Amino acid sequence: MTGREHFRRVLWISIALAVPATLLVVLLLAPNMPPGDHTVQAGHQMDDTTILLGLSTPIAIIVLTWFIYSIIVFRERDHSSVLEGPADRGAANYQIAWIATTATIVLFLAVFGSVSMLQDGSGGGQGPSPIAKPDPPAGQAPLQIQVIAQQWQFTYRFPSYRGVETQHLELPANRLIEFHVTSLDVIHSWWAQQLGVKADANPGFDNVAYVQTKSPFKFDIRCVELCGVWHGYMFDTGTVVSDSDFTSWIAQEEQTYAPILKSLPPYSTTYFPDPQRRGG
Amino acid sequence: MSSIAVPARTTSPWRRLLGFNLFTGILGGIIGFLIGELIGNAIHAKSLNYYSITAGQNDIEILLGYFFGVVGFLGGLGFLNYPIRRLMGHPPTLVEHESEGEGWWRYITLCTDHKVVGIQYLVGIAVFFFVGGLNAMLIRTELLQPNVHVFGANQYLTLVGLHGSMMMGMMTSGVLGPLANYLVPLMIGTRRMAFPRIESFTFWLLMAAGVVLITTIFLGGFQTGWTGYAPLSDQGTAGYDAYIGFFALVGTSMTLLGFNLLVTIITMRAPGMTWSRLPIFVWSVLATAALMMLAAPMLVATLLMAAMDRTSQTAFFIAGNGGSSYLYQNLFWFFGHPEVYIVALPGFGIVLELLPVFARKPLWGYRIAVAGMLGVGILSFFVWQHHLFVSGINADLRPFYMLSTELISLPTGFIFLCAMGTIWQGRLRLTVPMWFCLAWAFNFLWGGISGVFLSSVPSDVTTHGTFFSMAHFHYTIMGGLIFSIFGAIYFWGPKITGYRFNETLARWHFWTLFIAFNSTFGPLFALGFMGMPRRVVTYPTSMQFLNDWVSISAFCIGLSMLIFLWNAVQSWLIVREPAEPNPWGSRSAEWLTTSPPPIYDFERFPVFDSDPYPYGVGPAGEPVVASGD
Repeated sequence: MTGREHFRRVLWISIALAVPATLLVVLLLAPNMPPGDHTVQAGHQMDDTTILLGLSTPIAIIVLTWFIYSIIVFRERDHSSVLEGPADRGAANYQIAWIATTATIVLFLAVFGSVSMLQDGSGGGQGPSPIAKPDPPAGQAPLQIQVIAQQWQFTYRFPSYRGVETQHLELPANRLIEFHVTSLDVIHSWWAQQLGVKADANPGFDNVAYVQTKSPFKFDIRCVELCGVWHGYMFDTGTVVSDSDFTSWIAQEEQTYAPILKSLPPYSTTYFPDPQRRGG
Repeated sequence: MSSIAVPARTTSPWRRLLGFNLFTGILGGIIGFLIGELIGNAIHAKSLNYYSITAGQNDIEILLGYFFGVVGFLGGLGFLNYPIRRLMGHPPTLVEHESEGEGWWRYITLCTDHKVVGIQYLVGIAVFFFVGGLNAMLIRTELLQPNVHVFGANQYLTLVGLHGSMMMGMMTSGVLGPLANYLVPLMIGTRRMAFPRIESFTFWLLMAAGVVLITTIFLGGFQTGWTGYAPLSDQGTAGYDAYIGFFALVGTSMTLLGFNLLVTIITMRAPGMTWSRLPIFVWSVLATAALMMLAAPMLVATLLMAAMDRTSQTAFFIAGNGGSSYLYQNLFWFFGHPEVYIVALPGFGIVLELLPVFARKPLWGYRIAVAGMLGVGILSFFVWQHHLFVSGINADLRPFYMLSTELISLPTGFIFLCAMGTIWQGRLRLTVPMWFCLAWAFNFLWGGISGVFLSSVPSDVTTHGTFFSMAHFHYTIMGGLIFSIFGAIYFWGPKITGYRFNETLARWHFWTLFIAFNSTFGPLFALGFMGMPRRVVTYPTSMQFLNDWVSISAFCIGLSMLIFLWNAVQSWLIVREPAEPNPWGSRSAEWLTTSPPPIYDFERFPVFDSDPYPYGVGPAGEPVVASGD
């Protein structure tokens, strides 16, 4: 068989495998991938995952088919054989085609990822001056919530509710939330998985992340940056609740923590709780 | 350089014991450590630790102990002799401990024979590789249950840090130390490295570093993982000083190793060894060496700053005193990302070097393979902030880092293209080294594809810091580098030792490793998506089944490594069946000489008139053979 015929066979086998596999992955696997479609940002993360899965499945299948076909067909069965392959040192047209294809895919992915990120921040921490500010639903200002990380717990401050600091987190549905993530000691990372938010908490630094909630649901919170001995125990759950439930919850919290509100430092984007013992 | 025959020394073993060797080195190390402790105690100040977790802990004492200990160790090995001799007006010499009459003593001394250093590296790094692997087994033992049951949270994190540091620190030189030191002079047709004493220096420095890291278990361990982020590092017990000492020494060793190889490859090629005839493995070494030389000093500088924060109360990384925790992250990853390509690139080189031999075809697309390696090398300096996509650092630059990171898949794709082109229509001999190369392609494919998920910001927010990223870099580093190293050991082992491997055991090793590896790290992708962060000691009970699966598979990797160890011991020390002079029918220059090569490498300097891949037959079936000498 000539090389061209082998090549055609690999091509057809790849296509026969890649088309159904890609369809299965995109239609069955991708919609069930975490973090789920609970918020706008999480949904956009899933879109990105779907695109990546949809592009990488055929690529993986083509490359694997190529290798497995070669192993089976071009294998030397006679161990004492001294036969050699063709003295082929490369072909410019194949190389150019490969470079053009991979470059196109890469550029498409970079553009898609950038556009998606610039649209709504993708739920990632964007630092004190975010470049992607999603528009809040009409007539509503974004709800500011400060996430304060310390060894080994997250607490939450609500500046629009007299700066009350709560132990757990509830969020109103259908609202744009503006998280301000900061730390009191070392680097933590606040990850609300199904919410689609991940933002590092750095001491003395205000890291802003946006999320647009939809309907009520429960989400997991974990610390994803190694922060010392009890890092593995820094987890919690939170909930997105209806607007009225949220209002009653926050009123309840305000009441509960009213006695200690006086002793909290005034709301600020950053805090420096430790005595500053350096620099002379 | 014409003096080949070095007369055998006739000194008695007792006289040698007192000379400069490993034993006097250890003695010097202990004395140096005590001197350092003494000085450190003298400058002991109160409350040197910012967070002062451990009252009365004196980091100055420990760091000075390490410093003087290493100086004493190297002095005891004889590294100061030559500079002192030169200062006193003696003529320059090239050779130290290079006569065969010295036998195995050469292996525990400052030896300037590149083959001895290669074997020193091979054995030394293997020791730390297996210790690091054992740490991984212990980590997986702890993760058999969702709650703490074998080690405490503290010991667990120390194990995680030890595993990461040992693998990333020691295995960075995993190819360039043993294989490049041994093979590059043979491949380019020279008899020694450009700086033979520096070559030996890098090895002994690395061994000193390994010992320094292990001392952390006597000092409370460290809880920062291999990344050692500040300001967590500031809270660390004295065990973190061991981490600083370790990586600073590793960084110094890497810089010098890279510099030495770079100069050797550029200046010491034999006649006819033009750039376009350089074996592809040497090209990968060249690219890696350049990365090492440029990236590793950054690591040393970063750790010196961390050390100053801990000892002399500077505030490089302390927010609120003018410092920034981002500074550490930036500096660390400016080293850390080239570092992972330092680890990956030599694997590319090994695979592309071995495939033509077993496919009986020339390397397909030599130029594009070179371009791929240099491209990866250059691009690797422009991607480091993808580790900080959710950190809050300048979000404006995120599209750029997304693009640069995804662009790296172009040159990596070149390597795949060359591998695919080389095996196409070849006469594939499916030997054990060949299987390891093919497994490299399989593993690295998944490693590369999963990398794209981490390079795109939206999907990175999902996967960052989870087991997904952990699985990703194990697929590239273990599935890529470690598999290619084993391929190289099976391929060049007969060259280095002169003995044949047991083929059956080798096949068992390959297939058990390949299956156990994929069974271990494949499910981690799923665990990451399910929401399991890295470096946690607890996890939800719903994830126990997958975690147990992974743990048991990891133990199987351990068993597979035992097969390899047994094979190495049996083949090299017990059975010792001599290998054929050129068992694989390779046409590269290193097989022109005997196995193992004589001290002077070549009877006559080779003169090259082709690249090392004159395989294959022309269209009419006529052989296309060009000799290498």
